[in-house]
Amino acid sequence: MTTKTKQLMYGTHAAGEAAIQAGCTCYFGYPITPQNELPEYMARRLPEVPGGVFIQAESELASINMVLGASVAGARAMTSSSSPGISLKQEGISFMAGMELPAVIVNIMRGGPGLGNIAPAQSDYFQATRGGGHGDYRTPVLAPASVQELADLTFLAFDMADQYRNPVLILGDGMLGQLMEPVLIPTRKKNEPLPEKDYILTGAKDRPARLVKSLILDVKEMEDHNWKLHRKYQRIEQNETRWESYRMEDAEMAVIAYGTAARIAKGAINRLRKEDENVRIGLIRPITLWPFPTKALRDAVKKTNDFFVFEMSTGQMVEDVRLALDGRGKIHFYGRPGGVVPTPAELAHSMARHYYQSKRSRKK
Amino acid sequence: MKKVYSRPKSLRAVPMHYCPGCGHSIIHRLIAELLDEMNLQDNAICVPPAGCAVLAYNYLDIDMVEAPHGRATAVATGVKRVRPGNLVFSYQGDGDLAAIGTAEALHTANRGEHITVIFVNNAVYGMTGGQMAPTSLVGQKTTTSPLGRNAKTEGQPIRVCELMAQLGGPSYLERVSVSSPAGVRKTKAAIKKAFEYQIKKCGFSLVEILSPCPTNWKMDAMASCSWIDEVMAKQFPLGVIKEV
Repeated sequence: MTTKTKQLMYGTHAAGEAAIQAGCTCYFGYPITPQNELPEYMARRLPEVPGGVFIQAESELASINMVLGASVAGARAMTSSSSPGISLKQEGISFMAGMELPAVIVNIMRGGPGLGNIAPAQSDYFQATRGGGHGDYRTPVLAPASVQELADLTFLAFDMADQYRNPVLILGDGMLGQLMEPVLIPTRKKNEPLPEKDYILTGAKDRPARLVKSLILDVKEMEDHNWKLHRKYQRIEQNETRWESYRMEDAEMAVIAYGTAARIAKGAINRLRKEDENVRIGLIRPITLWPFPTKALRDAVKKTNDFFVFEMSTGQMVEDVRLALDGRGKIHFYGRPGGVVPTPAELAHSMARHYYQSKRSRKK
Repeated sequence: MKKVYSRPKSLRAVPMHYCPGCGHSIIHRLIAELLDEMNLQDNAICVPPAGCAVLAYNYLDIDMVEAPHGRATAVATGVKRVRPGNLVFSYQGDGDLAAIGTAEALHTANRGEHITVIFVNNAVYGMTGGQMAPTSLVGQKTTTSPLGRNAKTEGQPIRVCELMAQLGGPSYLERVSVSSPAGVRKTKAAIKKAFEYQIKKCGFSLVEILSPCPTNWKMDAMASCSWIDEVMAKQFPLGVIKEV
């Protein structure tokens, strides 16, 4: 439900309501912790929406393919899951990327590999940012760090998916999904129509029959299609790269972190700056993981040489940081995999040790 | 001169890629004839499979969306829920429906989705070169059961209609064969009935069609038809399996 004032909501519920406000009428999913509150919310809400469809599918495979069907029929459709379930959806995501069908997929990540655990982790960065399934494709990956941002980015994801005819991923973690925070659910302007789609299947009435497929047996045609997709991904890189710079104006060291990790990093930075007014640490928080904010890092390295990458994994995004800096700057990595969520104090301790060491070596 | 027979409007005027004696071309034509007769060409949405019939979209002149291998009924579910006013049918082979897509097929049937499945059973994986299918007969030699299917290690062929008949969702399940002119007529009548059940929103309908694959059976077309009648139909009895 939307109100004009902020309301206290779970992350998963806020994502669900934002999806509905964005015009999502179809949700298909399969239970998996820690994201069950999202399908449960949709099961309650979608019957109230005109044309609303909720199906608890028999598997992740079925649910992503129901999304595919609903999408090709013209609806705004979504699914959600957590790490192991997202692995199962990759076949369908690859097909939708090939067929250029929009969809929104929410991954509330947990510790892995395998069944892992149900604690918050950032274990699926590689999978999310490199396409995830088979084939030469990419999907935009949006990484919210608060319940408000989870709602805002879910709303945005539907527009992006339609604009580029591509699946869009929301990458959160168990912490973000289970967190309750005040949130203002975004709403569509009154009577604002959803984009027209000239490729959807409605029955070939008064027009030639349409075909939506990913099978392209002719190698030249397949190559052309791959380059066409590639050009689209370049447009997405140009237009959709998002990040937040926090206290970077005077920073001698840039912390790079996304999602929940970035939140903890902000707390740690504020704590250190408060303890010692000479501390100059800032944060670059990628909001889109693909496209990665390479430009933000290349700008930062002109002013600071010191980069501290913090992830709730053994180091995945750090590879994109290395690619972005391309040999420039010194990169220090701090990772906590397996569902461990360090406190700002713990992170501040590690950050400070590195910061002061660097500072001393700079002075020498 | 009075024209008594011609290509259905819903069938494109292109040569088919199917092997000589293959049943797919007959079944495509029957569907096209029915779409014409029932005035559904501008309303139907078909979900072809992975397999030989993946190229059905080259022949049926209607809206089509390709599904990943085995997922046609899930895709069809998504389409139909968004467009309840359209005739939505999947077209699937035995590997697609009864092996990799068993879960989707059974659950779509169990939910009683208002879709129709055209299930082509030729007891073999055709496109990939004649491997053992879930419906291959005991003793049947294929490229992956060179000594013949062994029931002790490879199980018995799956009777999809009988399996689905145990569920609450299906309203109409019939097994037919395109091995004779009479069988072809019965097949057309069965598909028509299945479409009608869907249009009347009676629930899930499926027509299982025993269909020859001379290339992979290593038989000629006539021998393939005889094999369906004399051997295959014993394992897969023809007739209405469930009608509500």
